[in-house]
Amino acid sequence: MAELLDVLSGILLLAGGAFAIIGGIGLVRFPDFYTRLHAGGITDTLTALLIVGGLVLQSGFSLLTVKLLLILLFLLFTTPTATHALARAAMADGLEPEGDADRAAERRDGAESSNT
Amino acid sequence: MRYAASLTTILVLLWLGISGVYKPLILGLGVASIALVVWISRRMDVVGVEHNPALYSWRLPLYWGWLLWQIIVANLQVAACALQPSRLRPSVVRVPVPHKTAVGKVTYANSVTLTPGTVTLLLNPGEMTVHALHPASREDLESGAMAQRILWLEAGRSDSGADA
Repeated sequence: MAELLDVLSGILLLAGGAFAIIGGIGLVRFPDFYTRLHAGGITDTLTALLIVGGLVLQSGFSLLTVKLLLILLFLLFTTPTATHALARAAMADGLEPEGDADRAAERRDGAESSNT
Repeated sequence: MRYAASLTTILVLLWLGISGVYKPLILGLGVASIALVVWISRRMDVVGVEHNPALYSWRLPLYWGWLLWQIIVANLQVAACALQPSRLRPSVVRVPVPHKTAVGKVTYANSVTLTPGTVTLLLNPGEMTVHALHPASREDLESGAMAQRILWLEAGRSDSGADA
């Protein structure tokens, strides 16, 4: 039982680490500021979920679990605020996202008339 | 008074969950600090309908569970984009915000930002501007599934609350 939990938490921690690396790769490879925000979102959400999940399995059912879940709760509440603040700051500075609303509408119309 | 009572309950649970040291002195300090926080919050007039998480009742955990699932699915899509950037099709879309209360609007905008692949840029009355990473995330948003869930969450409030 304890071994099973160890293996399971190990898998969660490793997966969390893997997604952190993928988020980092995205951060470097994505073309502009706004798309990079999305890559940062991977480390904010799934990585945090997987790593806290893995640590909860290690801690068992105790006060430590409560603290870990509180860390996750506060992370999930604060990171969208930070992301939004960054996006707003970029917009206020006049940085235009690639693919504006009109072009997006055109692309959508085009996609609907073709196959997707 | 009702809000002060629920704030006190939440703070007591938070304190008991974090502390772990249940000696008379420490417990006394906990009671004193909670009383101080509740008193200051009342003086600052920030204890009210909008700031009361207890109003969401049993529907909130269900929504969180659904949101968690959405976050996992969206993460896999963004991770695929990170490994293969040619899939990127960034776009900016406007979607309607049908919610009446400020809490509903903020929950919607925050949930959209929290889900990777979509970031809220602007929240205006009645609509918001969202940056989407690829067509799949935009279609998810335009289908309005998340907005519907939050309407359902809003309907579950035990008190209709103040409008924004």
